[in-house]
Order: sequence, then structure tokens, then C-alpha cells
Amino acid sequence: MIKNIVILGAGTAGTMMSNHLRRALSEDWNITIIDQRTEHHYQPGYLFVPFGVYEPEDIVKPIEKFIPDGVNLVLGAIERIYPDKDKVVMASGKEFDYDILIVATGTDIAPEETEGMMGPHWHKDVFDFYTLEGATALAKKFKDWEGGKLVINIVEMPIKCPVAPLEFAFLADAFFEQKGMRDKVEIAFATPMSGAFTKPKATEKLDYLLKEKNIEIIPDFNVMSIDGEAKTITDYAGKEVSYDVLVTVPTNKGSDLMERSGIGDELNYIPTDRATLQSKVKENIFAIGDATNIPASKAGSVAHFEGEVLLENILRYISGKELKEGFDGHANCFIETGHGKALLIDFNYTHEPVSGTFPFPGVGPLNLLKESRMNHMGKMAFKWIYWNMLITGRHLPFVTTKMQEAGKNFD
Amino acid sequence: MEKTIGNTTVNMGDDGYLVDLNEWNQEVATEIAQEEGITLTDEHWKVLEYLQNQHKKDVPLTIRNVGKSGVVDIKGFYALFPEGPLKKASRIAGIPKPVSCI
Ligand SMILES: Cc1cc2nc3c(=O)[nH]c(=O)nc-3n(C[C@H](O)[C@H](O)[C@H](O)COP(=O)(O)OP(=O)(O)OC[C@H]3O[C@@H](n4cnc5c(N)ncnc54)[C@H](O)[C@@H]3O)c2cc1C
Repeated sequence: MIKNIVILGAGTAGTMMSNHLRRALSEDWNITIIDQRTEHHYQPGYLFVPFGVYEPEDIVKPIEKFIPDGVNLVLGAIERIYPDKDKVVMASGKEFDYDILIVATGTDIAPEETEGMMGPHWHKDVFDFYTLEGATALAKKFKDWEGGKLVINIVEMPIKCPVAPLEFAFLADAFFEQKGMRDKVEIAFATPMSGAFTKPKATEKLDYLLKEKNIEIIPDFNVMSIDGEAKTITDYAGKEVSYDVLVTVPTNKGSDLMERSGIGDELNYIPTDRATLQSKVKENIFAIGDATNIPASKAGSVAHFEGEVLLENILRYISGKELKEGFDGHANCFIETGHGKALLIDFNYTHEPVSGTFPFPGVGPLNLLKESRMNHMGKMAFKWIYWNMLITGRHLPFVTTKMQEAGKNFD
Repeated sequence: MEKTIGNTTVNMGDDGYLVDLNEWNQEVATEIAQEEGITLTDEHWKVLEYLQNQHKKDVPLTIRNVGKSGVVDIKGFYALFPEGPLKKASRIAGIPKPVSCI
């Protein structure tokens, strides 16, 4: 009998899983993937758009280009999941029955969560760079901006790619320096965290870099509201910070599909087992990528590592075997620091980022937690790897799914 | 580290948070609150009880979910425990230091 796997979302994780599964499963399995968009965006590229490094056409390709033959791509919005009926219903009314469901609907910004964020100032002097529209509007603003106070802000954690706001600050510093106007731009970084990043060791290093680059850090800042006219942001403790240009990372939320289906947490993330990637909603529902509530970074590299575990667990589930607790929270992120250099961090559920070499113990060529040109090359090469290997479900060269401990300087 | 608070001896971690919630009582809470410059009122107690219950249920605590709890809104939470409300309130409630998220 023919059976059905339905994948919700054809972004990084969904596209990757459609490729993995089509290769692994026989013709007895129908694979359907659903997305509301026609374009696949290379989201890590958004970071570079405001500084004119990438143009929109560098980072946008048609979704269908990466969906393999033998997978049924359906375009349109998903309205609801009915776990009890093993059924998905689309906004158009179309229905899909499934034997196995994979949720890969990602996360998106929710600027409406913060009082005063939306308004006539939105994308005029208050910007996000987590969407192509935001990043493009900001590129236009920066082109002939004469300087003033640039405030970079994270509204609340968790956000996808938690290092991106810092990278933005570093790139802005280098950008205005190259334009010969760094002395006309004051840069501040207002974050709800107690320092630059979520992990203590990396924070120490990053706090130092911020200082070196003359970027003021405003820690423990939890935005309550934005006054677009007065150009100020105010936090719950009553602190006020004024800006000329505000670059904010609004609250990130999962798809409201979860809320409609009654299966999400308060940020619409789907409760998921952090080691097996099976959802806690029902045994035939799995989740991957930014859509889950697991305590790992929301990043493309994480989705890649999860993909290999999820593939194995779906095959085990199909053959009635026990699932493998295979995911260790592994994340691997380059951090652009400007001027053609970058840092690299590698961490998982139990180990925070440390110094050392990667991927070959003692050799590198990449350096962990240390600025280098080689790391920057790695970051720029990630675009090619993303389009050609990551979303098509190829194993990345030299990189293991589980984090390696050799060559790293743990305490 | 052992610390004597009133009639109770408690184990306190290096981070200043109680190691075992079972050693917590109202007197201990009042004392820790005082160190934080806070005098506990009925409003405070309600929040502390909520935090302890969530902790016992293994629900990760964030400022957002406290704000949506119906016990107190975010603004009120800041008013009761100024500056770092979740960090301070967790310490007074005798539960572990909130883990900063990923
Ligand atoms: C500025 C920025 C920089 C980043 N930098 C890096 C980096 O350097 N390295 C790194 O590894 N990662 C980086 N990331 C993170 C990375 O892009 C994401 O973690 C990754 O794309 C997540 O993949 P996903 O499949 O979970 O979600 P997505 O790729 O976002 O896909 C979700 C898909 O689901 C669809 N969808 C959602 N809801 C519905 C619905 N109701 N109906 C129909 N379709 C729906 C969406 O249209 C979307 O196509 C960055 C992200 C940003 C924003």
C-alpha cells in the first residue's frame, strides 16, 4: 500500500529532508512538501545586504529548483494540523492525509509584539535585517546616511542565528570606517542578555571585540516600547536610549499554524524531544530546524546536523525500531567581525564554544574563537555550500554530526 | 557553601542561588530579598509561588511566560523585582539561576 510523508515548509530544513527522504525511501512512499512561498532565500545572506556586499538576486532562488524529482511540491498556506486525524488542511481547503508528518515551518520576526515598533517609521528609521525587505530598505538608508547614532537591539531571546546582531554591529563598524565616516557614527548594542552572547566563554571574547571597535554595549536591556517620533526605545526598567537609526531584531515566533492547531508553546514552537527530534504532540509527528522548541541554536548548520539524525529516526520509526537519541545540540557558526575577518564557534548542549582548531584537531585550518581571514573565507564559502550541498542533503566535507572534542581546549 | 539564615542552615552555590529548594522557607526568602534590597509583599509572594510551581513542573522560565502567567504582567514584574526580575525573583524563590537561552 502507498504511504504518505508530508513535510510542512520548504526552507532550509524541509528542502533538505525532501532530498534525504527521496533518496532513502522506496516508491511505496509518497513525499509531499508544502510551502506558501515560491522563493527560497539564503537567509544568512541578509546580513550582508545592508552593506552592499550581496544584492537580493544573489540570495534568492526558486523553491522548486531544490526539490528533487519524485517529490510533490504544493504551493500555498497551511491552515491547520489535525494530529488526531493525521491530516493537514490548507487555507485553500485542500487536505492531505499523512502517515508521517515533518514540521519545518521555521521562525519569523513578529514586530507587532513590541509597542510602537510598527508605524510610519518602520523601514524608514527603524529597521530589521531578518527579512529581505528590511535588509534592502536598510541598504538604501545607509547609502547616503550622513551619520548619527546607530542602535542595534535584540528585543528578546531566543532568536534565530543569535550571533547575527553582533556580526551586524561589527560589519557596521567596518563599513563606516571604510566610508571614512566612522567618527560621525556612534554605535550602541542594546541586548536583553548580560553580555554580548549567550555562552560565557565566547561572551568574554566578544565583549572585548566590541570594546576594541568602540561599540557601546548596553546589557540587560529589555525593550518595552519604541517611540518612533521621539526616536527613543524604553525598557521595562525605565531606561531610555535614543537613536537616529534603530536596527532591531524583533521577537521571533514560530508559525501561527501551531497556535491554530493548538500544539505550540507561547512562542509557537512545537514541543520536541531534544535528542530524537520526535515531537511531543504525537509519535508520527517529527520536527526540525527553527520550528522546534529544543534548546539548541536556531541556525542552518544546526538544521543540517539534525537532518542526519532525523533521517535515521524516520527510517527506524518506519521499521518499528526504537528511536536513536542522536542529536547533541551541535552548532557551528562563523561570526563575521569585519575587515575580511571572522571567528568560528562550535558548541553543543553540554559544551560551550571554546578555542582550538577546526575541523582537524591541532591543524585547522580554521581557528575557533579567534579572528582570522581563513574563517572569513569559510563564511563566504558557506553560500556555495548552502545552495549546492546543505539543502540538497549532502554530507558536508570533514564535519561530523556529533561535535568532536579533539583539538579543543576545554577547561 | 553553608550559610545560616535565621534558624535555618542552607547550602548556597557559588552563584548565590540555593542548591536545594527543600531548604527554602519564608524566613530564608525574606533574608535573601533583603540582600537584594526588596521587602516582600503579598504581590511578591504570589510571584514566588508561581515560579516555584513552574520550576517543579520543569517549565523553563522566561520573562515572557511570567508576563503571560496572569499572576503579574512584565511591567509589574519589573516593579516588584527591579533590574533583573527573573534573576532576582528566582534567587529569592530558592530555584536555580535562570539559564540564559541559546
Ligand atoms: C540574518 C540571518 C543570518 C543568518 N546567518 C546564519 C549563518 O551564518 N549560519 C547558519 O547556519 N544559519 C544562519 N541563519 C539561520 C538560518 O537561515 C535558519 O536557521 C534556517 O534557514 C532555518 O531553516 P528552517 O527550514 O527551519 O526554516 P526556514 O528556512 O525559514 O523555512 C521555513 C519555511 O516554512 C514556510 N512556512 C512557514 N509557515 C508556513 C505556513 N503556515 N504555510 C506554508 N508555509 C509555511 C516558510 O515560507 C519557509 O519557506 C541566519 C538567519 C538570518 C535571518
